[in-house]
Amino acid sequence: MKNDKDFINENYLNYVKSVSPKTNEPRSLIRAFFVGGLICCIGQGIRYLFEYAAGLNGDELAAYVSAVLIFLGAFLTGLGVYDRIGKFAGGGSIVPITGFANSVVSPAIEFKTEGYIYGVAAKMFVIAGPIIVFGVFGSVVVGLLHFGIINIF
Amino acid sequence: MFLKVFAVGGAICTLAQLLINYTKMTAGRILVYFLIAGLVLQTFGLYQYLVDFAGAGATVPISGFGYLLAKGAMEGAKKGLFDAITGGITAAGMGITAAIVFGYLFALLFKSKSKMN
Repeated sequence: MKNDKDFINENYLNYVKSVSPKTNEPRSLIRAFFVGGLICCIGQGIRYLFEYAAGLNGDELAAYVSAVLIFLGAFLTGLGVYDRIGKFAGGGSIVPITGFANSVVSPAIEFKTEGYIYGVAAKMFVIAGPIIVFGVFGSVVVGLLHFGIINIF
Repeated sequence: MFLKVFAVGGAICTLAQLLINYTKMTAGRILVYFLIAGLVLQTFGLYQYLVDFAGAGATVPISGFGYLLAKGAMEGAKKGLFDAITGGITAAGMGITAAIVFGYLFALLFKSKSKMN
């Protein structure tokens, strides 16, 4: 026998399911594939451009390419274009580095009304903060382990 | 080359979309998991194969950022303890700096568009 609480929850969950937008799953996967692939190809294009026009290579080349992509992602987010791409592409626009830029600029603009310190500067790290925390923490663990392996064995 | 970039970059994004569809994971979580995945794979030297194969198709997704952090840390470890600690963030320095500088700049220049949609 169900009690009232379960019954209400079930009704509510069914309601949420009926109201929330239906994601057409095969189509969303195809969209993510194409937009994600396209953004990576733009990255590769910039890579070739810098390689031949500026004579960059190796890590320096990769760093400048990601800086340009972050610039583009941040700029398009400011214009409101990137959020439209995001609605269309889902994972295709989140995972590339331009999506990282989007996750910085989007909340920063949103919370502008709370001021330039606690609004913009604090809220820009809502999503980017955890990425930097896990990234730096992970890299220190990897670096120390590697240092240990090199020096002990 | 562009075909390889497109295929690998697209595949990584499709994997993210699969996670969104079937686990209702939010964007922030996916970014963190993909970053850690890239970092761990490169710790065992595996992500390098993908980078050599697909170039920007592997470095542009956020897992490439994890790859960069692990690679920097491991190269630093060869030089000494100081570089083992700072190597990761040094390698990722351009990306993080660009995100902060451009992020703050464009947040100052643009107004919220969300109400207009």
